[in-house]
Amino acid sequence: MERVPILKLGDVLLVSIQIDLEDEVALNLQADLAERIVDTGARGVLVDISGLEIVDSFIGRVFADIAATSKVLDAEAVVVGMRPAVAMTLVDLGLSLGGVRTALNVEKGLKILREDLGLRGVAELDMTPDRPGDT
Amino acid sequence: MPGVEATEPLELPIAADRDVVKVRQAMRSFCLVAKLTLVDQTKAITAASELARNALIHGGGGQARLALVEDRGRLGVQAVFADEGPGIPDVDQALDDGWSSGSGLGLGLSGSRRLVDAFEIETEVGRGTTVTITKWAR
Amino acid sequence: MTQGVEANSVVLLLRERRDDVVAAWAELVAARMQRRASEAEVRTEVGNLYDALVAALGDGRVLDSTAPGLDEVRAQLAELSRTRARVGYTPSETAVSVFALKEAVLAQLGEHPSPEAYADFIEVSRLIDDLGLVTFETYVSTREEVIANQTDELLELSTPVVKLWDGILAVPLVGTLDSARTQVVMERLLQTLLDTESDRAIIDITGVPAVDTQVAQHLLKTIVAARLMGADCIISGIRPQIAQTVVGLGIEFGDIVTKAKLSDALEIALSEVGLEVVPKRAAAAEA
Repeated sequence: MERVPILKLGDVLLVSIQIDLEDEVALNLQADLAERIVDTGARGVLVDISGLEIVDSFIGRVFADIAATSKVLDAEAVVVGMRPAVAMTLVDLGLSLGGVRTALNVEKGLKILREDLGLRGVAELDMTPDRPGDT
Repeated sequence: MPGVEATEPLELPIAADRDVVKVRQAMRSFCLVAKLTLVDQTKAITAASELARNALIHGGGGQARLALVEDRGRLGVQAVFADEGPGIPDVDQALDDGWSSGSGLGLGLSGSRRLVDAFEIETEVGRGTTVTITKWAR
Repeated sequence: MTQGVEANSVVLLLRERRDDVVAAWAELVAARMQRRASEAEVRTEVGNLYDALVAALGDGRVLDSTAPGLDEVRAQLAELSRTRARVGYTPSETAVSVFALKEAVLAQLGEHPSPEAYADFIEVSRLIDDLGLVTFETYVSTREEVIANQTDELLELSTPVVKLWDGILAVPLVGTLDSARTQVVMERLLQTLLDTESDRAIIDITGVPAVDTQVAQHLLKTIVAARLMGADCIISGIRPQIAQTVVGLGIEFGDIVTKAKLSDALEIALSEVGLEVVPKRAAAAEA
């Protein structure tokens, strides 16, 4: 059974979904993330779906659940990189992703986590050059 | 439903999780041959995924039948999802599910209908459900 | 369709008097085309058609116009009709060119053709009539193709997505917003948001004549899609009448910011990306 790898970047757990997920793999990811958040004390979760061509109602609900679970564990989740075709399909499907926070790409997602949470350890990992006044 | 099968249809069993992925992959191939736009392709594959999963989870397993269809010169993809499960007691209600419904069957069914060009459903309580969808190239 | 043993005499005549008939036919067609094509061109064109027809009716039997033996003839007719349609000839002009063959053939039958000759002629004449109609069908489908292409181009041109600033796009909508148009606008906006890494889009509807429930829904779909991706939209160009209509219809934009003026929307967008516009003098004074 495939498991989606979870990387730790400072206070953030990064998940990059590159493959067409079987339902069970998605559920395992949800469970694995919850465990890793607790194990590492991570405060942020970044789910990169730029490689996903299809997001149906099941996968959409998994993302919503990941966000909700993270919140309960005092972490913030951001889903990044949704493809335009996927967004348009989700709109027709009528799926709202239950208010999961989203961003255009990994960089912007990290920025949100950093700004909103004042996370440490994230600054040295994002690629944007520091502007004067940044901590 | 208009459309003449232009190729041998592909039959796939839906008995486990990974079969839903196989349906998605097969659907993608058909969409590419029919030269659907990327957005239409995404919608068609997503609809197929929803219906395949419905057949698996609510229908207790079933099968998918994918085919390339043709109507007056334009190509399309047609997919039939059949199961011998419990059937749907109130189809109208199931199809009428509002946008924000989160419960399993309804959203997948009504949502899929919005994603495709043609949608037909036959269901009988105790006998099963058959859903046929078609997406045409533009 | 004749099942007779004898060959159709008119068909045999067509084969024997090829050059004469083609010349007569070409003359009739050129006259009707009113000098839009040279006689030489016309003669080649009808000559090819003629030869294909005679070849198809080889054994002297008049075929039904849909018979596979006439595939080549129909193909040539379709091509003729297509090229004529693209250049702007009316379908009648093209069909009449085909019908003119009947006149050319009739002239060959002499002053007092026998009843048998007449009967054979009528058979051939029917086939020519049907073939003339083929050109009509092709004409229609060709014109539809031209119109469809032009419509696509128009759609592309009328939905520009412009970059106002780093991270801020503007979509000035002009004209009616139907579902086809919305699809195009959505696709282009979403892709541009991604490509330019923009978080904000200002959708200006000053140029949209009426906003009803349908239009509002289309706008909402676009904004929901953008939000799913992680970008947000502001609607600007809401005229007073539109505001009243919207309220009257019970349309709610929820938490979507809507502004009357594009400039106000821009100010908000700039502020949301962390910028503000200040007068030059003030900035210089601070330096």
